[in-house]
Amino acid sequence: MTDAVVASGLSIGYPGDVVVDGIDVRVRMATSLALVGTNGSGKSTLLRTIVGLLRPVSGSLRVLGATPGASPRRVAYLAQSRASSFILPLRAIDVVRMARFPHLGLWRRASAEDEALVAQAMVTMGVEDLAEAPVRSLSGGQRQRVYLAQVLAHRADLILLDEPNAGLDAGGYERYLQAFAGELHRGAALVTATHDIREAIEYDQVLLLARRVIALGRGDEVLTPDRLMETFGILIRDRHAEHAGRFTVAEPTRGAPQVIDIGDPDSD
Amino acid sequence: MGPFIDPFLDNGFMLRALLAGVLVSIACSVVGTFVVLRGLAFIGDALAHGVLPGIAAALLIGLPGIVGAAAGALAMIGGVTLITSRSRLSSDTAIGLLFVSMLALGVVIVSRSNTFTGDLVTILFGQVLGTSVGSLVIQVIATAVVVVVAGICARPFLLLSFDPEQADVAGFPSRRYHAIMLLLVALTVVVSFQTVGTLLVFGMLLAPASTGALLAHRVSTMMLIACVVGALSCYVGLLLSYWLDLAGGASMVLVATCVFFVVFVSVSWREARRAARRPVVGSTAR
Repeated sequence: MTDAVVASGLSIGYPGDVVVDGIDVRVRMATSLALVGTNGSGKSTLLRTIVGLLRPVSGSLRVLGATPGASPRRVAYLAQSRASSFILPLRAIDVVRMARFPHLGLWRRASAEDEALVAQAMVTMGVEDLAEAPVRSLSGGQRQRVYLAQVLAHRADLILLDEPNAGLDAGGYERYLQAFAGELHRGAALVTATHDIREAIEYDQVLLLARRVIALGRGDEVLTPDRLMETFGILIRDRHAEHAGRFTVAEPTRGAPQVIDIGDPDSD
Repeated sequence: MGPFIDPFLDNGFMLRALLAGVLVSIACSVVGTFVVLRGLAFIGDALAHGVLPGIAAALLIGLPGIVGAAAGALAMIGGVTLITSRSRLSSDTAIGLLFVSMLALGVVIVSRSNTFTGDLVTILFGQVLGTSVGSLVIQVIATAVVVVVAGICARPFLLLSFDPEQADVAGFPSRRYHAIMLLLVALTVVVSFQTVGTLLVFGMLLAPASTGALLAHRVSTMMLIACVVGALSCYVGLLLSYWLDLAGGASMVLVATCVFFVVFVSVSWREARRAARRPVVGSTAR
């Protein structure tokens, strides 16, 4: 089967401003890749290049065996933010229905199957009760669930997610993890940009970025405290009972790399 | 019912004015919806100013005004596109200067020929009560084109309003559909200049669609509300103009903007009351 993403010697960025150089990575169908790094490390730029919004600066990139952007029906992309104005009168279900547009084109009417995929995706993300609610009335976390439902309704072969768990509550996060594990099981490939080390470690591959490739490999091999320190310059170890063993990373504000331990439940 | 219907039955010019107004309302509602949603108001403004020298120059050399309007609109779209794509700085100053210079150019051309100085008012504010059968036919065709093209492009236009990049990713090139959208705005402005004039058409683009945006939860509902508000504004505006002897096009636009402000105030008031009643802590979803 054709691989979902094959990059070799790929440089990404903008003309005259290369963000990351020399990326070599292969994502097979039904496997996952996590992109981990700080803001501005090149995660979003890589996703935007794979989806065809940015041209590769140099090197080669094949997406589902074709040039990036050539298969809109087979690729779903969750952007980090949207340009839509606050006044846009849309209901949640209208947003999820957009996922079917690449399949329908300009002319074809949505079939019962399209509607079933939309409804099912909303149930999966737990937003079926919000279907008729105007998007502008939803909270940030509810909106993120709706956007994730949109990605699910796409039934894509390659799924690209930029910070998918931003704003999700615990319930939403759990649904998100299960839903996209299901997508992998269905045979889709998954590429996710994330800050969440605990989530990234579950991926088949992890690409650690800091405006250059720091490491690529299995999560438990790549996500070591040393490498994370190199990537983020700061490491927060959360010892709160619910997050035991979880690393959180943050932007270094100034000064030397540091490790911060927080939330020891026994101390308070 | 007499005073509300008779003026249109007894006077051919009133009936033609009403038809022209309703046609303009339909085109303006469809196009205005996207102008409002995509924040393209300044493009509408640019076109409204840009067509003036085109019309004036066309009349000067003996061509139909509508041809000059079309040329002016295309030139304006080109100018604005060039400025917005070249300048990464805030381009509103440059675009504002472009508007004003087009307006000034139009006035200069008009003043050069004293034969139609009186026409300047007509160009700017329309002459809805002087609508001819010929221009009605043109408006029927233009409105049909606007409705059909917007219908065909409904999905890409919706994606474009949601997020242009999502349109690109979904396989609907955002540049192409943005260009189609601008051409529809231009077509609407160009054919509306005889009815409400080049300055007032801007009001018909924005006011009914904005009213729809305040009330609707779906884009199609927004368009429908805009159509109803626009058509009613034409009817009421023409009646006011007939009985009180006011300028026709301006009355129509004034009614439409009044409707917007009344709805705006009542929606804000309702939301403020609802927010005051809602408990701050423990408020649930929705």
